[in-house]
Amino acid sequence: MLPHLDAAYNLARWLAGNDHDAQDVTQEASLRAFKFFGSFRGENARAWLLTIVRNTFYNWLQKNRPPEIAGELDDEALMVEDVSVNTEAINLRVADAQTVQRAIGELPVEFREIVVLREMEGFSYKEIADLSDAPIGTVMSRLARARKLLQKSLAGEFQTGGAK
Amino acid sequence: MNCQQAKPLIDFYADGELDAAGILELEKHFHDCPACALAWRNGQSLKKSLKQDALFFTAPPELRRAIKAELHSQVKPRANFWNWNWLTGATTGVATACLALLLAVTLNRPSAEQRLTREIVSSNIRSLMVDHMLDVVSTDQHTVKPWFNGKLDFSPPVKDLAAHEFPLIGGRLDYIGGRSVAALVFHRNKHVINLFIWPANGTDTKPAASAAIQGYNVIHWSETEMTFWAVSDLNEKELMEFVQDYDTTNPL
Repeated sequence: MLPHLDAAYNLARWLAGNDHDAQDVTQEASLRAFKFFGSFRGENARAWLLTIVRNTFYNWLQKNRPPEIAGELDDEALMVEDVSVNTEAINLRVADAQTVQRAIGELPVEFREIVVLREMEGFSYKEIADLSDAPIGTVMSRLARARKLLQKSLAGEFQTGGAK
Repeated sequence: MNCQQAKPLIDFYADGELDAAGILELEKHFHDCPACALAWRNGQSLKKSLKQDALFFTAPPELRRAIKAELHSQVKPRANFWNWNWLTGATTGVATACLALLLAVTLNRPSAEQRLTREIVSSNIRSLMVDHMLDVVSTDQHTVKPWFNGKLDFSPPVKDLAAHEFPLIGGRLDYIGGRSVAALVFHRNKHVINLFIWPANGTDTKPAASAAIQGYNVIHWSETEMTFWAVSDLNEKELMEFVQDYDTTNPL
């Protein structure tokens, strides 16, 4: 299990938002993974471990931070089609790590998760769908919205007073 | 391909999830449409922004140590307990099972004689059940003996033991141990004795009683190149009397 510990911690760190909670989640997930390793049937140990990290995190979240997941992801509130017009007009540059980190941190947790799994871990849509137990269509639409939000956020310095 | 069609494909293209035909069309569209080409470039910039090593959190060494220690404390005692005891137990269990199976198979496998005895008892029971005890009904040994002629490749020694209160009542053909045999039927009061006879190629053996099977006693012996199997619900003592009487009576 330890070979994928960095990937596990990275996901936990992005989801939890701080090192302390991320360590707790990663440790618990690792022990769980070890305990249930006998039931592991797949060939992708990393995806399997990250599934456990993810589940551990959401359990932990429910216990420790009820307000943050007060309701299901409100798709209406996250409709970002209107702001996409703004980003299309600008030339997005590669942003510095600090700016990107802040931008990711501002995303709803479901979007943070998908950005980490797709962009940092390089999982396919299908793998992410399996990993997060979501339909592949949901994975694709969330990823598209997460990207729009990030583009908007990173382009923010050029877009004063953009859409909500 | 127009912009409406192209837009949703840009992400798929960037993520390597677009098929070859889609890739060709989309690249052609980028060539023709600066807006979509810009959207594609912005997407690539975002991807690069997100892929920076600085954004990837590596597990702190203390976390790695803590997990290792935790796993160790959980695994070590268990490894000893489980692996050793469980494995030993399993091995012993499997070995015992194998041995038991081997013994059971070996011990339960009936010897040739046991199989033959069972077959004879079964035949005896069948003869009583299906009312096919006799092909030739005669108390006359001179009638019974010739009856077998042409029906068997041997001539069974037919004897009448009426003088010993084992009257012959007839005979029939039977099939035992893969061959046709002669079956002589005698009575003792209301009891029936089946005497199976066929040629033997071994040495003479004295009459010996097999263990009773399903309440039937079986005695078999060999002499004058014939093997004899007497089976009856008579008690063993009376059946042995029959055998001795048969043995001492001169054949026809």
